[in-house]
Amino acid sequence: MTVYKKLLRSLREFKKPTFKTPMYVSFEVALEVIIPFMMAILIDYGIDDGNLLVVVQMGVALLFSALISIVFGALAGRNAAIASAGFAKNLRKDMFYNVQDFSFANLDKFSTSSVITRLTTDVTNVQNSFQMVLRMASKAPIMLVFSLFAAFSINHELSLIFLAVMPVLAVGLFFIIKHAFPIFRRVFKTYDKLNRVVQENLRGMRVVKSFIREDHELDKFKVISKEIHDDFSQAEKTLAFNMPLMQFTIYAALLLLAWFGARMIVVSGNDPITGLSTGQLMSLITYTMQILMSLMMLSFVLVMIIIARASSERIAELLDETSDLHDPDDPVMTVADGSIRFENVFFEYFASSEKWVLKDIDLTIHSGETIGILGGTGSSKTSLVQLIPRLYDVTKGTVFVGGVNVRNYDLKTLRNEVAMVLQKNVLFSGTVKENLLWGNEHATDQEIIDACKLAQAHQFIEQFPDGYDHRIEQGGANVSGGQKQRLTIARALLKKPKILILDDSTSAVDTKTDAKLRKALKNHLPETTKLIIAQRVASVEDADRIIVMDDGKIDAIGTHQELLQSNLIYQEVYQSQEKGETDDDIHA
Amino acid sequence: MTFMRRIPSNIKGKPKLSQIKPDTFKRLLSYLKPYRFRLSFVLVSIIVSAIANASTAIFLRVLIDDHITPLLIQASANFSGLRNVLLIMAGIYLSGVLAALSYNRLMVVISQGILKHIRDQVFEHVQKLPIRYFDTHSHGDTMSHFTNDIDAMRMMLSQSLPAIFSSMISLVAVISAMLFLSFWLSILVFAFVFVVLYVARKIAGKSGTYFIKQQKSLGHVNGYVEEMIQGQKVIKVFTHEDKVKEEFNIRNEELALNATEANTYANVLMPIMNSLGYVLYVMLALVGGVLSIMGIVNISLAGTGLMTLGVIASFLQLSRNFIQPIAQVSQQINAIILALAGAERVFELLDEEVEQDQGYVSLVNMKQENDHMAECGERTHCWAWKHPHKDGTLTYTQLKGDVRLFDVDFGYDKDTLVLHDVSFYAKPGQKVALVGATGAGKTTITNLLNRFYDIAQGKIRYDGINITKIKKSDLRRSLGMVLQDVHLFTGTVMENIRYGRLDATDEECIEAAKLANADGFINMLQDGYQTVISGSGDGLSQGQRQLISIARAAVADPPVMILDEATSSIDTRTEAIVQKGMDSLMKDRTVFVIAHRLSTVKNADVIMVLDQGRIIERGNHDELVAQKGHYHKLYTGVYELE
Repeated sequence: MTVYKKLLRSLREFKKPTFKTPMYVSFEVALEVIIPFMMAILIDYGIDDGNLLVVVQMGVALLFSALISIVFGALAGRNAAIASAGFAKNLRKDMFYNVQDFSFANLDKFSTSSVITRLTTDVTNVQNSFQMVLRMASKAPIMLVFSLFAAFSINHELSLIFLAVMPVLAVGLFFIIKHAFPIFRRVFKTYDKLNRVVQENLRGMRVVKSFIREDHELDKFKVISKEIHDDFSQAEKTLAFNMPLMQFTIYAALLLLAWFGARMIVVSGNDPITGLSTGQLMSLITYTMQILMSLMMLSFVLVMIIIARASSERIAELLDETSDLHDPDDPVMTVADGSIRFENVFFEYFASSEKWVLKDIDLTIHSGETIGILGGTGSSKTSLVQLIPRLYDVTKGTVFVGGVNVRNYDLKTLRNEVAMVLQKNVLFSGTVKENLLWGNEHATDQEIIDACKLAQAHQFIEQFPDGYDHRIEQGGANVSGGQKQRLTIARALLKKPKILILDDSTSAVDTKTDAKLRKALKNHLPETTKLIIAQRVASVEDADRIIVMDDGKIDAIGTHQELLQSNLIYQEVYQSQEKGETDDDIHA
Repeated sequence: MTFMRRIPSNIKGKPKLSQIKPDTFKRLLSYLKPYRFRLSFVLVSIIVSAIANASTAIFLRVLIDDHITPLLIQASANFSGLRNVLLIMAGIYLSGVLAALSYNRLMVVISQGILKHIRDQVFEHVQKLPIRYFDTHSHGDTMSHFTNDIDAMRMMLSQSLPAIFSSMISLVAVISAMLFLSFWLSILVFAFVFVVLYVARKIAGKSGTYFIKQQKSLGHVNGYVEEMIQGQKVIKVFTHEDKVKEEFNIRNEELALNATEANTYANVLMPIMNSLGYVLYVMLALVGGVLSIMGIVNISLAGTGLMTLGVIASFLQLSRNFIQPIAQVSQQINAIILALAGAERVFELLDEEVEQDQGYVSLVNMKQENDHMAECGERTHCWAWKHPHKDGTLTYTQLKGDVRLFDVDFGYDKDTLVLHDVSFYAKPGQKVALVGATGAGKTTITNLLNRFYDIAQGKIRYDGINITKIKKSDLRRSLGMVLQDVHLFTGTVMENIRYGRLDATDEECIEAAKLANADGFINMLQDGYQTVISGSGDGLSQGQRQLISIARAAVADPPVMILDEATSSIDTRTEAIVQKGMDSLMKDRTVFVIAHRLSTVKNADVIMVLDQGRIIERGNHDELVAQKGHYHKLYTGVYELE
């Protein structure tokens, strides 16, 4: 139940309509209960006695009640809609805001698609259930109480029949629900599996087809499809008992009422005061329906709550995740310079992992230096630089930027001064200019062009039909890999950072342009500390110093010439790229 | 290759009943055919159940008019008649309950059976679609057929359809019961039905409009969330969180607004219907009362007589049963329209043309038998093309791996050719490299070799056989592919390697992994070969995934290999190590290599330089460098490759 409590915290300004709904519902229900009363009078004193005046009077009263009932019904419906749509809105907002506050470590915990599902499908599920529950959860018990009360006030002896029949229904419902719930829960999990199999199949269609695994895939699918079929059938077959059970109890109550009611009417001589009248019998029958209906609704509410449970849990999980990066109490708001220092730094992504991703890193980088970083796949190059803008917190040791522990900075200040161009980078749908403005909202056109010139992007942007207003599609699908990389570099340059980190950011850029870009950075941004992670020796060889990473450790630091003479890894990388013979051509 | 972006079809347009093809409903009904006996049983059960339900009204009339009223004036009450009536009713009710139970359960069997049928059918059909389909339709779109569309159909089949079905039958039963009771009052009720229908349509229409708006803004929110979550790390690096929140709020507010309106109308429908029911009730009471007091003759199917209290009472009861089915149907209309729209999209997919295959030449294993080669069932290292001829004879051509392209033209769409007049040959055992900038047509050539796409002009011959004559499955079996986009399936490392050849033993898989130089890191994983690979969070680097995919191709042991940027995610140093494995993998095989890193292709026998769909240079590395042409420029990094 705590899961729901957590979710309900997001109600906020929609608490009012949430409480109003059951209030209006109770008025509506009250009328629904009074109306059969009036109907009884209409029959007993109007039609039975042949008194047209009573028929008209009661008729008008009934019409009036029906009108009020519409008003309350509409108000309840409206408020339920406001409350549930608002609740959903706040849930989405709270989740989205929370994700915005996530650290990289938090983000790593959730797959992109699971975050999206939580924000969309799961919220819709909760919204629908919430609305249903809001309307029924109040209606059912109120109706039950009112109807029971009304029935007893008409004739308490006959009303005992309800007490005899109700347990039958309750026990029946209990067994149905108890049997069906676990199956439903299982079905939702199987659904995830089905979606996963289809998704992987679609994405890997070229693999499937080139290995001619269509039948294998179909077999895999059919197993899950059958699982869903069997589970769903089992659950729904159980639920299929609901209606017959309901009918059974209604019919039983009806027959019992008819038998005892008829006797009572005959014995009392159709006297509503001392015994029972025909009209009262009719009312009692109506109440029977209402009482059993309300029990049915209660069971339905339970079903809804359980169905929404899986979604609620997933939403709560995302809401519960709190960023593990905290702003200090008295944050430093300026970064003095672009110097970087690592002191005994150890790092791991998950506390549970047994292997250090970074081991015992000690490193000092001076402001304005250009540092190349080289190393094999999985040697933790990216992990190293990610600690500088505090995308992750170190596990042990300290990272200093501008002489201050990164933990003491205001996070925004730090990240504005440390511009990092990610390896897996994205552009957003919008114009080139809009994308560039991410770096600095207030950049002038001239500043934008300057940054693009530095990033060697100006030339190709000019060639777009709309220049800087050229539309970029989602994910940057309509620009080439090399163009995308240069745009993301320009975007970072617009920040005018004190530290610039390029994480394998020119891998798709040709070596000549790459060289031009590095030269431009060196000449135009002498103050900025530049860290360049690269696969190509050519991209780092003219750096002031080159760090060679291996298995989470710094293997060596030195200039190109030094490393070429002393470092085994560097030599191997260099040889594997066999650069020697083409040096002249590159710098021609 | 162009990937067309389409608006997700579930938010496309307005689901109107008139827009849905009449065929759709018919086709949906055709799925019911295998169940026709059970369906007729369902129909009978629903009728029984409805009759039992409607008989309540008649019962109440009989109870009051034939028993209570006469008993009231009898001196000594005899309840045996009443007891008999009650016993008969108990029998009717019991059969009603049993009928309800049986049709409810049968409907589950039928609807779930149909859904499974459709799901399997769709998946099977998707497997047969040509690659072109997947290149031109977004995965999300195809995915939504399995989720949204089939889900909408599930709602309709298992909930709406039975509800409407039983509502219709109750309506018929109620109407007959009414006609049995009184014509006059029935006429009143029918007149009122028009009012109810009018109101219901008005509200359902309003609700529908907003419902569509809601779906649209839901699409906006989903789209925005998707893009932002995917770029979440960039947002953080640029501290753009506040800006993104603002944008999100605009879309979120719009959605909340439309959702509120749509739900308001839907929520209001029931109370209004209920109240209309009361209005009808009052009108019946008034008119019935007047008729009864004025002593007007009641005409009914049961004959003529007085307008008795019993007639009015049971008519009033019936009127309650009358409004409910109408309200229920109008409530289900939205669901049905959505389901039909979903069904239509599913059928559209099922109507997509599948991959055609007119090939008749098959690939078989051969072995030495006495002094000649003979076809055999087991796996040998000797392959042959089995070529049946028109005159009934068979010829076997040994598979050597000789691939030749003659004047091939090709375009993904008719208007723009991607390849112009491409001719080249790969002799058995040769390593042929394709280099060139993005869009030069390298991958396109491999797409044609395994017939993911068919050429427009020219010929491709494989060991002298036109590849259109070869069965597609056998053609692809003979070509091993390692693709740039590594795609592994959820499952263990072992399962993923075995995907290359399903009957490979564990030892063979491990051997293949060793060949690809993947054995080392796999053994370092937590559970070794039993480590489960998943979409994310398994800690495998892109390069390691690539190595597994190379092992997967190795275990398939195909006569010809195509490596499309197979080592692009592996750093050069590791690549140098992998290269050894690759070399033994490539030994004695014809291999096509595509790479943007020229170090990968340097030792190829032939290098083809492609530019804008034409082969502009060919030769080995040394020759091409000596030519000082395009290749030389690429090699020295003057041109951008990607």
